[in-house]
Amino acid sequence: MSMVTNSLLLQAVIDPQGPIAFWPWLAFTGVKLLVFFTIYMLGVAYLTLAERKISAWIQHRHGPNRVGPNGFFQPLADGVKNFLKEETLPPYVNKAMFILAPMMAFIPALTIWCVIPWGASWASPWGRVDMVLADLPIGFLFTIAVASLGVYGIVLAGWASNNKYALLGGLRSSAQMVSYEISMGMALIPVLLFAGNVTLRSIVDQQAQMHLWNVLTLSIAFLVYLISAFAETNRLPFDLPEAESELITGYHTEYSAMKFSLFFIAEYANMATQSAMIATLFFGGWDIPFMTADNTGAVSFPLVLLSMAIMMAKTLFFLFFYIWIRWTLPRFRYDQLMSLGWKVLLPLALAYIVIVATLMLVLDAAGIDRGLVYGLIFLGVNAVLLGLFFVFLDRGKIVSPANAPLHAEELKRLRGITASRARLSALSGD
Amino acid sequence: MAINVKVVERPIEETSYVRATLKGMANTLKHLVGGHRVTTQYPEQRESISRRWRGTHRMLTTEDGKAKCVACGLCPTVCPANCIKLVPGEDEQGNRYPLVFDIDEFRCIFCGYCQEVCPEEAIHLGRHYENAEFNREGFIYDLERLMAQTHPVTEMWDPADPKGE
Repeated sequence: MSMVTNSLLLQAVIDPQGPIAFWPWLAFTGVKLLVFFTIYMLGVAYLTLAERKISAWIQHRHGPNRVGPNGFFQPLADGVKNFLKEETLPPYVNKAMFILAPMMAFIPALTIWCVIPWGASWASPWGRVDMVLADLPIGFLFTIAVASLGVYGIVLAGWASNNKYALLGGLRSSAQMVSYEISMGMALIPVLLFAGNVTLRSIVDQQAQMHLWNVLTLSIAFLVYLISAFAETNRLPFDLPEAESELITGYHTEYSAMKFSLFFIAEYANMATQSAMIATLFFGGWDIPFMTADNTGAVSFPLVLLSMAIMMAKTLFFLFFYIWIRWTLPRFRYDQLMSLGWKVLLPLALAYIVIVATLMLVLDAAGIDRGLVYGLIFLGVNAVLLGLFFVFLDRGKIVSPANAPLHAEELKRLRGITASRARLSALSGD
Repeated sequence: MAINVKVVERPIEETSYVRATLKGMANTLKHLVGGHRVTTQYPEQRESISRRWRGTHRMLTTEDGKAKCVACGLCPTVCPANCIKLVPGEDEQGNRYPLVFDIDEFRCIFCGYCQEVCPEEAIHLGRHYENAEFNREGFIYDLERLMAQTHPVTEMWDPADPKGE
């Protein structure tokens, strides 16, 4: 056995670009598992602190600053508090589902983290080490599939709680996530058309080859994805499942202590995952800007670290963006949420697929290489589309204000009906 | 009727969502990087309180360390919350003094009538607010405790100086 391992090791030493042998692969996967998930869980914990700090700063407050220097150990204190708190199990709940629901919300949030590529491959002495836990061939299809599983946890929590507010929260969440998943998937099709492959790695490579990020060449798809990502993670302005003011935090009303905390962690984990997905799909992923050395297969370790730092910075920016939006936009009304998802984003994403596919067909027929020029043409088209988007859609069409759907003549007609009804009821002597 | 909605034809700038969003984001970012924090860091920093602040009571004493109270019974009479329990006593010289003088700080509404009505200027409200206790009994201040308080006393409203400056 050891002879086989040794010979495999020796073979790999000769070719650092080649595939890695089984035992080093296993060892590296173990290390990656530890490192990525430690960073992830710590990151999620510190995201709660970041949220509270940034919220505080936006509101001219200090935020938590009592535990440790400047509140640095606050997540630790919160964790201890949540572990030590009483676990309540209301007598009227469906016990099995009540206990199962937080796990079902939590596990999908964590699972997606496996497929996100975190950096360029490392040309190690034992062969090529990919900086991703599971380089799945089905790529982002997996992320969409698993992300949509998260809704089961929320719906089950709402159902099992046997509480009207929780149930309303769960139902809202299911309707919201199902609606926005469609536009989310549709927004990814132009990216897929560009990359010609669903693996996240090939999407990063394609953006590196074009020297332009997808956010520039596929701006509308980015906007649709961004809005859908907010809805998918139940963040403001789409936090209707929680809606403190109307549903007393919705689906997790009945939960306490660590069960509640699991929902909380799941929400933040989903935010982190979606941020990483946005960074990968539309912002070039781990690709180091203005540098081609990192695109030639496996690279040296410092470059790997640099690419990981770049990916991390992009992810952190979108996490900040989530919090920033939270304190900027108020919650949508339920009908506004639905009409935005079905009447604006979905047709927009569908139309955009047609536009992108047609343009690609034309450019390929014209024999333009898929490089910078190709991207620049798309950039120009997107600039025009964005202009149209702002001019036509931004006329009270995105979010129906009080005046939008009812035009003056329509209102006159409806008022006529009410008047005649009032006369009828007066005649019948009510 | 739901249909009796007043329709307002608003200009585009007001119905626009994207522009409003961008404007809002600029605003929140401005506040985020603005610096300026308004929170008072309480145990370390304290807000100064008014000289007429009405907080927990104090019983003032004479030079020889006895309570100034003569147990006249005006303060329990005037107290709207009925929180003062007074049992008068009399010594050999015929001087009245309180045998029991308990104030239930839970019942007290800190109106300050007791201070205002007191002919001897004995009972006062104090400029003090940190009065947390570990049990409910701790909030019934007896005479000994009222005399032991050292915080500054509340000033009465002065018509010549209505704002207390």
